[in-house]
Amino acid sequence: MAIQATVTQSGGMPNPPQSGVKFRSHGRLIRFLQKEKVAGVVCSAPFIFGFLMFLVVPLALSLYYTFTDYNIIGEPRFIGLDNYIRMFTKDPLFWQSLGVTFFFALISTPLRLIFALLVALLLLRNSKISGFYRAAFYLPSILGGSVAVAILWKQMFAADGVVNKALGLFGIHTQFAWLGNESSAIWTLIILAVWQFGSSMLIFLASLKQIPSELYEAASVDGANKWSQFWKITLPLLTPTIFFNLVMQSINGFLAFTQCYIITQGKPRNTTLFFMVYMYDESFTRYHAGYGAALAWVMLLLIGIYTGVLFLTKRFWVYDEEA
Amino acid sequence: MSIATVSNNDPMMSNSHSDDKGLSSKHHIRPQRILYHVIVMLCALLMVYPIVWMVLSSFKPTAMVLATSGQLIPTHWTLDNYFNGFKGFAGTSFFRYIGNSLFISITATIGTIASSAIVAYAISRLKFPGRRILFVAMLLSMMLPAQVLMVPQYLWYQKLGWTNSYLPLIVPYCFAIQGFFIYLIMNFIDGIPRSLDEAAKLDGCSYYGIFFRVICPLITPAVVTGCIFSFMWRWDDFLSALLYVSDTERYPVSLALKLFADPSSSSDYGAMFAMASVSILPSVLIFLFFQRYLVEGVSTSGLKG
Repeated sequence: MAIQATVTQSGGMPNPPQSGVKFRSHGRLIRFLQKEKVAGVVCSAPFIFGFLMFLVVPLALSLYYTFTDYNIIGEPRFIGLDNYIRMFTKDPLFWQSLGVTFFFALISTPLRLIFALLVALLLLRNSKISGFYRAAFYLPSILGGSVAVAILWKQMFAADGVVNKALGLFGIHTQFAWLGNESSAIWTLIILAVWQFGSSMLIFLASLKQIPSELYEAASVDGANKWSQFWKITLPLLTPTIFFNLVMQSINGFLAFTQCYIITQGKPRNTTLFFMVYMYDESFTRYHAGYGAALAWVMLLLIGIYTGVLFLTKRFWVYDEEA
Repeated sequence: MSIATVSNNDPMMSNSHSDDKGLSSKHHIRPQRILYHVIVMLCALLMVYPIVWMVLSSFKPTAMVLATSGQLIPTHWTLDNYFNGFKGFAGTSFFRYIGNSLFISITATIGTIASSAIVAYAISRLKFPGRRILFVAMLLSMMLPAQVLMVPQYLWYQKLGWTNSYLPLIVPYCFAIQGFFIYLIMNFIDGIPRSLDEAAKLDGCSYYGIFFRVICPLITPAVVTGCIFSFMWRWDDFLSALLYVSDTERYPVSLALKLFADPSSSSDYGAMFAMASVSILPSVLIFLFFQRYLVEGVSTSGLKG
């Protein structure tokens, strides 16, 4: 950027030439840089470089590593398709973590969107304290991804944690270890994900306010009650927003890492082993980096397929604004 | 892409559809209305309860944190947990971790926003070959999440000799690799009338001059929104710190907190919650003072905040 700044300055006010030849070539360079096409490439150069250097090259390189046995420290050794054969035929943990991750993402995302929509509908009614309400519902999604909340969650669901104390208030006295039980542990992570519905709620609120009120007026003139107005007007007009959030948030769900890594570490008995945590362990604690790279590529592919399938279903349920 | 583009509508602040029944209800309070507020208020309190509980627990004597976990307000208020927490680990004060985090977050944020702004200007305003491809690349970089890249990027940085340093945490961001920020600023630039560019051009301004003298001063709101998001994401970033920072002294806050949570270290719950509360302070402050920008960012992009 420093270069561009000097170019601009000298472009407006050319320095006195030291020698005729030098000045001419200097001026030509400036005139060349001043062209719109050149300026466009110069200005987008950071992204072109970054995209190639930090996304394309690492991905391409790692595609090669998926065909190798690579322990990070030594040299990669070419082993053909062995990593993939091991993954699909000899690795129960691959299937286990894939199952856990899909279960987590496909349960928590719709639940989160449903809560977001319900609360957005509740908050659509304005009052003097609706600002406070919105802030309270939004705060968890600001903080939810932090390590602080993860360690808090771990404590809350401990045998002597807040959740059991709260249940005690309702007469259910228990020392149940939520994180130690094979069927309940994953639900603590799902609850944590659903708890962060605030940002989706804001998006729904914004979209809800864009629905023209004439539509509702016309509907009530025709005798439609609130219930059918919701199903016939509100929900169809929200489907583009729902679709976009469904895609983005389930992808995020497939890739959940930090919360699982800190709260459960896959325990008990791998029932909360997320794909990303398994990939991390394989690559960086067991040093099977080639295998880890193969896991990453399989996940990329699965996300691609998943997104593609969702886009194919789009025309059946998503309202098309252009149509 | 059908992205929820609703930047003008600000659900957090604007009460544009003012409640016409608000005045009359003062004299004639309907039970329905009370029921509504009771339900919503209870839900709102339930949502923030865990965080409030954590913050208040940090003021309890550490032995009482678990023993009185059913009780919200401490019986004895104490700051001991904060003194113990800031002592940190193995002679490294917790202030050091905060300093590390601030350094990483601020440099990466400045780099991201500066580079994203100029790239956004190029894609949104200038005509050059490959512009459409760049737009697609930008969307791709938005969809490609950092987690799935952890192994590929680690192996690449390993080759570059960047592991065990802050470089992977800062340098890539200076090259606008997070498409989200380009997209955010592009959206904003699209709203600036092109006649301003043309007027500047007639006055002899170069394309670079237009960016620095015309566009830059006008995109401040988008830049503020971008800075807020970038800072919060960098501050909370745990994964890349876990991968690339191995020196305890150079840990950022997120990784240092993990030390408290490790079963191997002493379980000083009071100090743990005290430092956890400190770690969420920047996000809470940003939330309190810049809510409007946050909401704008969430609504324009439809992305997770």
